[in-house]
Amino acid sequence: MDDEVIICRCEEVTKGEILKAIEQGAKTITGIKIRTRAGMGLCQGRTCGRLIARLLAERTAQVLEEIPPATVRPPVRATKMENLVTSHGE
Amino acid sequence: MDAEVAVVGAGPAGLSASIEAARLGAKIVLIDENGKPGGQLFKQIHKFFGSMEHLAGLRGYDIGNKLWQRAMELKINVMLNTTVFGIFGDKTLGLLTTMGSEILRAQRIILATGGSENTIAFPGWTLPGVMGAGAAQTLINVHRVLPGKRILMVGSGNVGLIVSYQLLQAGAEVVALVEAAPKIGGYRVHAAKIQRAGVPIMVSHTVKRAHGRDYVEAATIVRVDDDLKMIPGTEKTFDVDTICLAVGLTPLSELAWMSGCKFIFVPTLGGHVPIHNEDLETTVEGIYVAGDIAGIEEASIAMEEGRLAGIAAAESLGYAREEATKLKKEIKERVQQLRRGPFGEDRYLAKQRIMKVAPR
Repeated sequence: MDDEVIICRCEEVTKGEILKAIEQGAKTITGIKIRTRAGMGLCQGRTCGRLIARLLAERTAQVLEEIPPATVRPPVRATKMENLVTSHGE
Repeated sequence: MDAEVAVVGAGPAGLSASIEAARLGAKIVLIDENGKPGGQLFKQIHKFFGSMEHLAGLRGYDIGNKLWQRAMELKINVMLNTTVFGIFGDKTLGLLTTMGSEILRAQRIILATGGSENTIAFPGWTLPGVMGAGAAQTLINVHRVLPGKRILMVGSGNVGLIVSYQLLQAGAEVVALVEAAPKIGGYRVHAAKIQRAGVPIMVSHTVKRAHGRDYVEAATIVRVDDDLKMIPGTEKTFDVDTICLAVGLTPLSELAWMSGCKFIFVPTLGGHVPIHNEDLETTVEGIYVAGDIAGIEEASIAMEEGRLAGIAAAESLGYAREEATKLKKEIKERVQQLRRGPFGEDRYLAKQRIMKVAPR
């Protein structure tokens, strides 16, 4: 697979950019996310997370078992801030 | 808003959990982000396997209708088009509805969020025309839209096999089905059906590249060796307009991570799975999982797990104390039957691994 292949389609992050982040010391999916924005888009890493885990396993001699998904934070689905502050019910 | 049991996801597991818990007297709020309940049931147009208790012989959408009808009879409070955007503190759910946000305080939570389709990356995979096999199935069976005329299917698990057949039924041509492993992954009976219809199943082959400028116009496949490395010189290119990826599912578990549940990595069940005991309770007291989030299996098992979680949650609230033990025992026996045979055995053993590290 060549380095131009897109891994995170939401943020258009390529394989080459992710490998560079690993060279710079990223050891976790969160580490990659912080350096490249991979996983910060509309799908919040649901599509690319496993692809990145595999690249990390290949390049850092970790096993997949030791690579958890990126830290999960609310909102787990992308939404407008407006929707969060418009409350009803109580 | 308050609920005794908040159920997240109204697919086969979530509906079954809500029905059992409501039947035993618990006050339920059932939430689903989609406009329609049923999860993936309404796109399952094939007949289910199993025994009578598992509604074998019925088609997925019939099962979906049955569950929905029962939920309505029990007057379960269902919130559709509602997303749980987070779980905070002690079982407080943040909801996003069509009107804004809302807080739901629950005493028990059952997470039945399902799974999401895996993908593989290859040059051209972001072109329009490359999609999950599940997405193609939704297009043809729910929306009645043919995603393309000439299809390359990637992956020979049951999803790849069944969706290939349904694409043929919908009028598309499945040019080939490639499988990276040296043998077919799914049930023989599903594979035979598409082979009889003339679809070549090519094992030890994978997709190498999608071609096209604005959309998929062709695909190159390649033979792989036992280590799944591509063998140069074995490429073949087909004119296709659609590439469907049926390369497994991952438990959709964000809300369990956010709730502090402990996880275990079980490849057979799709990756990281929240640790749970026989009653489907996670390592966080009062939070249960059921269906694909508890390990990727089948709709029949999702329904049984949902029932178990629903009964266990209701029981822990003080409902149906005497009845619960008997009900749970019956369901556990049925689940065990579903996990028999060459395909179920691996999943049975994988589940046993989880139970071993689970809280009692």
